[in-house]
Amino acid sequence: MTKALIITVKDWWESQPVPPQISCIHLIVGKFTCVEPVSLQFAFNVQKQNTFLEGVELAIQETPLIAFCHHCQQDYFPEMGCQYACPQCQYPMEDIRSGRELKIDRIEYSFETEDSAAYAPNL
Amino acid sequence: MHQTFDAALGINLLHANQEGADHNREHFDEWGIICLNVMSSPGAGKTVLLERTLAALSSELKIAVIEGDMTTELDADRLRKYNVPVIAINTGRSCHLDSKMVAGGIHQLSYQYNPAEFDLVLVENVGNLVCPAEFEVGEHAKVALLSLTEGEDKPLKYPVMFQEADCLLITKMDLAPHLDVDVDRIVANVRQMNPHVAIVPVSAKTGEGLDAWFDWVRFQIKRSAPAKQQLSVVH
Repeated sequence: MTKALIITVKDWWESQPVPPQISCIHLIVGKFTCVEPVSLQFAFNVQKQNTFLEGVELAIQETPLIAFCHHCQQDYFPEMGCQYACPQCQYPMEDIRSGRELKIDRIEYSFETEDSAAYAPNL
Repeated sequence: MHQTFDAALGINLLHANQEGADHNREHFDEWGIICLNVMSSPGAGKTVLLERTLAALSSELKIAVIEGDMTTELDADRLRKYNVPVIAINTGRSCHLDSKMVAGGIHQLSYQYNPAEFDLVLVENVGNLVCPAEFEVGEHAKVALLSLTEGEDKPLKYPVMFQEADCLLITKMDLAPHLDVDVDRIVANVRQMNPHVAIVPVSAKTGEGLDAWFDWVRFQIKRSAPAKQQLSVVH
């Protein structure tokens, strides 16, 4: 997954007219995915070294697992590892409303604008 | 001087893999092939299941195998004895196949054979209950295996795999008399998160349940039959 993250960011970085200096990548990771945020953070910190991501921070926001029970017509929070069916009517977890997210929400970046520093403002 | 910006992206981390998987599936559809992605933990019995499947179905279906393995071709060599094309993919340190790796296998198959002659491609994924569930490879259906020795709780612990599966094979049923494992509990745990999955208890050793598995495979082929007929008319 770390590889997928780095490739996705690199695609975006290379598509910019001038490659910017990235400072922070904001990820949204759902609880019902195969990604463990701590492990992803660790792997990212190792793999970013000596690349265009050197010094970049990874901020991970986790979203809870929320399912909608069509029988009870309401959301519920399945208990990961214990109970996925609706706690009220035992209807199976069919409609996941939150928890499957795995996306780059936003990227903070900056440009070194040497030109503006080199010329005096036209006052 | 620095100018700071904040770009809202909303890009799915797996979008590149998903695009590759969709492309692979377009190839399969073009050739009238059904692709099944076979996944489980290591040692659950994927390779022996494929051995039994090739022995039973290769006379009636044209089958190829894409065999994912981290380092060896041991499993691929076992399957080559059944005289079907077996494309081996070593994933190296990666714990799952991805769509790019499988694309390499598809192209290799299409260079060596006429792909439109095939009915079925079986992809044996790397043994792992976690990552393979997230990385589509272009399959039409996901087949998960859970061996009795792994216990009833695995669907609860690795829910994404079992929630994504279209067919679940509970393997090593011949061991049931020797284990304190409740098959009904396994089924109930899986149904909590995947009420429509086809569940087939099987034993590659005794042959229990294999006919039902073969019928499930035949049904997947039959569902795609109109597309295949159309293809043969076009060509």
